[in-house]
Amino acid sequence: MPAIEANGLERTFEGGVQAVAGVDLEVADGQIYAFLGPNGAGKTTTVRMLTTLLRPTGGSARVAGFDVAAEAAGVRRAIGVALQEAALDPLMTGRELIRLQATLHGLGRQTGRERAEALLARVDLLDAADRQVGTYSGGMRRRLDLASALVHEPKVLFLDEPTTGLDPVSRRTIWEEVEQLNGEGTTVFLTTQYLEEADQLAGRVGIIDVGRIVAEDTPARLKAGIGHPHLEIRLGEDGTERAQGIVARFGMPLPSKDGAVLVEVERGAAAIAPVVRALDDAGLSVEALDLVEPTLDDVFLEKTGHHLEPDEPDSTEGE
Amino acid sequence: MTATDLRVIAALGARSVKQTFRRPQLMAPIIIFPSILLAIQTAGAGRAVDLPGFPPVDNFLSFMLAGAMIQSTMLAGNSGGIALAVDIEMGFTDRLLAAPISRFAIVLGRLAGTAALAGLAAVWFIVVGLIFGASIQEGVPGALLMIFFVVLSGVAFGGIGASVALRTGRASVVQGLFPLVFVILFLSSAFFPDNLMLEPAATVAEYNPLSFIVEGIRDPVISSVTWSVFGKAMASLALVGAIGIGLSALALRRRLRMGG
Repeated sequence: MPAIEANGLERTFEGGVQAVAGVDLEVADGQIYAFLGPNGAGKTTTVRMLTTLLRPTGGSARVAGFDVAAEAAGVRRAIGVALQEAALDPLMTGRELIRLQATLHGLGRQTGRERAEALLARVDLLDAADRQVGTYSGGMRRRLDLASALVHEPKVLFLDEPTTGLDPVSRRTIWEEVEQLNGEGTTVFLTTQYLEEADQLAGRVGIIDVGRIVAEDTPARLKAGIGHPHLEIRLGEDGTERAQGIVARFGMPLPSKDGAVLVEVERGAAAIAPVVRALDDAGLSVEALDLVEPTLDDVFLEKTGHHLEPDEPDSTEGE
Repeated sequence: MTATDLRVIAALGARSVKQTFRRPQLMAPIIIFPSILLAIQTAGAGRAVDLPGFPPVDNFLSFMLAGAMIQSTMLAGNSGGIALAVDIEMGFTDRLLAAPISRFAIVLGRLAGTAALAGLAAVWFIVVGLIFGASIQEGVPGALLMIFFVVLSGVAFGGIGASVALRTGRASVVQGLFPLVFVILFLSSAFFPDNLMLEPAATVAEYNPLSFIVEGIRDPVISSVTWSVFGKAMASLALVGAIGIGLSALALRRRLRMGG
């Protein structure tokens, strides 16, 4: 049985705005699934439906074996949710928040306290546990949010843009925690607008744009599906036109970018030496050369016709 | 309502009380503003007790205690509504809705907190009143009855604040109710006996449910408990409570349908 299954999931808001327009997806038990897309693509609306916060207006979905509409209570017992922007009460302390979360999930007082301490230690917040959340940095808030979502040991964890706005160090800390959780058997469904995040973490990626999934597979297969790597060559002097003619012997030339000569090479790294030799023989000196593998952004571009442009992280966030 | 729901309501109520103590702008309307108004009115209009037809109280402070308590309670209800709206605005309510609890426990938790704050405010005004010369004819049982009415008022008026918060999801809208609270208060017998008011205020105050509630709180201060006054106060509380809680339930249902 898949951990998450959606068939033709739709949500149309009042006024006729269709935020999600028939999403089909299947997330295997124990997998990390990344839902990749820009702001407004329908990621959060999909997560809100899967976590029972929003009723679908069409289609169906099951999470941990429960129907999100008909068996919402069952879904809520089985899932942990850390929503976008870490919806934490700034006046509560970290310890109070996790204990409250334990109560919300029906844990006994003693069990709740023990879990709270263990989770605070796990996310390295024991020292800050009695401080009000309003004094926490962005990274600390996300870690607390993650810890509170784990208090009842959920089978499926939903993370809605868990690292948006975080600095690289805080982002990496969250990634490590997510990987560890997944290693312990938790299925993770995360939304992200960061290509690197989806690439690093996910076993499977769904690319969503304008409310529809436009591509879905493992990151490697998605990238392999759109073509071969290309060489990006910068010359020491002007000779771009001659260089383009030369590199065309080794693969398909691509439109030049910022003065660099681009050529798609089937053989990948093995093509580097012959290309450099050919350019050298023609008297063209190579100043810099990169072998660029296809990225998920290339996949996104091919499937949607535009680049994925995530919000810039706030450099003041983090610790 | 399961035992878990009751624990959740208690936990959310405790959070609500702590939140109020930690945010001065929520605490001020409950204790500080009514205390200041009580001091000013008592000092400035103390001789009103000499007016013919004024209820037989020992002093104006004794008369004013019920008014200060109900003012505090109504503002506590409003502050509770503001806090709930802030929860909605910042997404904290989603955290609660994603948990396997009764949906209405979220509202009841907030109302439990408002009721507890109202009870604390009632104790504050009784203590302050006694220190500054007020007297309660019915003694300790009378004081307990006053607290009982104030706590129930907290639930009733908290329901009104919660319903506006759930309907609009905006703290600024709930905050906009503050002036309305004072209009309703001044058009009741909270601060002045309705039989001494001018028309049309006198008639409005005579039939204002708030007047019946205030009289219920004030009754033990003036004399032994009158059952007709007690009954009218309870009926008024039931009416306001039914409206507040009913509207909250409808607003919550609508919000859940719309998606939080």
